Amino acid sequence: MTRPAAPSREVIAPVSMSFIVASLLIALLINLLPWPQSAFVSAPDFVSLTVLYWCIHQSRRFGFTSAWLLGLVMDVANGTLFGQHALAYSVLAFAGIALHRRVLRFTMRDQVLHVIPLLLMTDLIVLAVRVAAGAAPPGIGYFTGGLIGGLLWPAACLLLALPQRLKRRSGYV
Amino acid sequence: MEHAPPPFFKHGPSPLARLLLCSLLSVALLISDAHYRYLGGARQVIAFALYPLQRLADTPGELAAHLGEFLATRGMLRAENAQLTDRHLHDAAALQKYRALELENAQLRGLLEMRAHLPGGATAAEIAYAERDPFIRRVVIDKGALRGIRAGQPVIDQAGLIGQVTRVYPWLAEVTLVTDKQHMVSVQNLRNGLRAVLAGHGADGQLELRFIPLNADFQIGDQLATSGIDGVYPPGLPVAAIAGVERNPADLFARILCKPLAGVANHAQVLVLDWANTTPPLPEQPPPPAKKAGKGKP
Repeated sequence: MTRPAAPSREVIAPVSMSFIVASLLIALLINLLPWPQSAFVSAPDFVSLTVLYWCIHQSRRFGFTSAWLLGLVMDVANGTLFGQHALAYSVLAFAGIALHRRVLRFTMRDQVLHVIPLLLMTDLIVLAVRVAAGAAPPGIGYFTGGLIGGLLWPAACLLLALPQRLKRRSGYV
Repeated sequence: MEHAPPPFFKHGPSPLARLLLCSLLSVALLISDAHYRYLGGARQVIAFALYPLQRLADTPGELAAHLGEFLATRGMLRAENAQLTDRHLHDAAALQKYRALELENAQLRGLLEMRAHLPGGATAAEIAYAERDPFIRRVVIDKGALRGIRAGQPVIDQAGLIGQVTRVYPWLAEVTLVTDKQHMVSVQNLRNGLRAVLAGHGADGQLELRFIPLNADFQIGDQLATSGIDGVYPPGLPVAAIAGVERNPADLFARILCKPLAGVANHAQVLVLDWANTTPPLPEQPPPPAKKAGKGKP
């Protein structure tokens, strides 16, 4: 409380539920795109990034149930064991909801430093379940996905707050 | 979570309780899916809802492919045409020989009153997308249960075996590639008829012959084809060629790496063979446990 770390949180219009659903669908769509597979870099998980965003910014309206169901959808899309993404996203939602007051006090750079470990933890849970189920552990490149996802956090913040900002600018609030 | 919410606000269960509930549910799902496979129905329902999204995600790639086709130059087309004509001639010769052999084979089989081994029909399909999971080697093809695809059917391309259908949705089917770590094929060395078990390596374009004694006769360049004794694959489908043999006297088995012959990692057209397991049932008394691939033993 000694210094105003973040620029004061602007009062923006409440987000509509349809926008949350649309953003999650788009994130799912991006995840389903045919990403090139490489041993050194893995594609970031856009669904987990979006889930974390809504957990931090709208912890009252978005929570465990949605995260868990999205995890099930990801499991079907990936053809993996039922429940591993559901587990990872539930833990992610918990971390996001538990930290949401704290994270929002920080500047964007420090927020990224919060987000990267959370996304890496999500990847780690999926990895743990896979290895427990008998898969061979992948290379260190597996974790670049979480790293890249964390670096995409500012862009996600900008995009996902856009409709609210536009509404405010046009003077509806 | 450092301070509890005031009692006069209604919050429902605390986040920790919700987390515990969700985790327990997830773990229960994991266990039931891994061990009992009760959840096929739920998976089908979600896959049904997901299908339009998957097709949509597939569109940019298809559009790019169509654009590439549209922009193909005359020179490229001519070169391809010449290559195809050449190939056609080459194949025609091989086909003649094949027909003769097929006829002869049918006669011989008739003489021996043996069952015809070769599969009947086949369904052409296209690879819709590859799953974005670094742990598994699977692709999804664009024909499903509505087109008569069943789990267990072998999938080939023009060069050889690609894998096996492992899960079927109404319009899609999942194919586990031969390179998947969990995938085994019973193969035969075409040079000397030695049988072996070929397993995926989990990496693209690599297979491994397991449990081969050090002195077994496997050499670089040997072609491996399905032996058909597993009852899963029809005999005689080319699978892989041996790319490296390492015999370390300190180990129990030789380390033999192979390269798949089919374009396992490519996006391409594939053929789903209509092959039902016609292997006769095992005899009543199971034979005493023997070592796998014991053929190469002295």
